[in-house]
Amino acid sequence: MTMKFHFEVPGDDFTRAGEASGELKLKLKRLGFSADVVRRMTIAMYEGEINMAIHAGGGVADVEILPDRITAVLTDNGPGIPDIEQAMKEGWSTAPDNIRSLGFGAGMGLPNIKKYTDMLDIKSVVGKGTTLTMTVLAK
Amino acid sequence: MTIADVRDFLEAEVISGEGHLDTEVHNACGSDMMSDVLAFVKDQSVLLTGLINPQVVRTADMMDMVCIVFVRGKKPGDEIIALANERGIVLMNTPYRMFTACGLLYEAGLRGGN
Ligand SMILES: Nc1ncnc2c1ncn2[C@@H]1O[C@H](COP(=O)(O)OP(=O)(O)OP(=O)(O)O)[C@@H](O)[C@H]1O
Ligand SMILES: [Mg+2]
Repeated sequence: MTMKFHFEVPGDDFTRAGEASGELKLKLKRLGFSADVVRRMTIAMYEGEINMAIHAGGGVADVEILPDRITAVLTDNGPGIPDIEQAMKEGWSTAPDNIRSLGFGAGMGLPNIKKYTDMLDIKSVVGKGTTLTMTVLAK
Repeated sequence: MTIADVRDFLEAEVISGEGHLDTEVHNACGSDMMSDVLAFVKDQSVLLTGLINPQVVRTADMMDMVCIVFVRGKKPGDEIIALANERGIVLMNTPYRMFTACGLLYEAGLRGGN
């Protein structure tokens, strides 16, 4: 069994960021993955989605579900991340104040994704975009 | 305690999710930063917040939280209510401010969890 899903993450409507993660959550629950696996995968994907909406003007998410693992690839054509090591630090954020007033921009998203996933790969080219590949293993 | 007890202790008005009022809750968390909720909260079932936007419901949903309390009498819009209904999350608002609302629930036996 392999299932694949493709989601568009809008860049102009912050209220819609998270729709893909919400849908994925329902699918994973329905497929019978454990609460822990569902939660870790969807939190990570949600953080990634929010990042694409806030920092990159939107993007796409491709999710592959296998019995023993779930992988999401989040791709955007945003400004890219100049220093990934710095971006991974807790508390580092370039989010503007209006994002903070929406409850985001604490610089916790990427470290959070790292914490909740079993594998994380970040590729980013300044001026071209960013691709996050994240996997959660289902034991 | 149940979500109905939370409503009573906070003199809150239930906005949506009437059908889930007998759900048991043990832990709560108060925050206006969804980033922090996503990073630090574990196994909390009630979210108290002064923030009103759909991402509050999304965040609660991702964390498997079952009830959101808006403090200072804030009222969410239709979009937020529809999303909460879809995800089976109870929404209510309390006239109390954040500190007082958290204090009342703590006094009543809710804890911050681990
Ligand atoms: N897809 C992206 N495109 C461009 N820059 C990004 C992207 N994702 C993250 N960044 C950069 O990395 C920084 C850290 O990201 P991280 O998700 O950890 O924090 P944040 O989004 O600023 O705040 P939070 O996630 O707590 O709401 C961001 O402030 C931004 O500068
Ligand atoms: Mg982020």
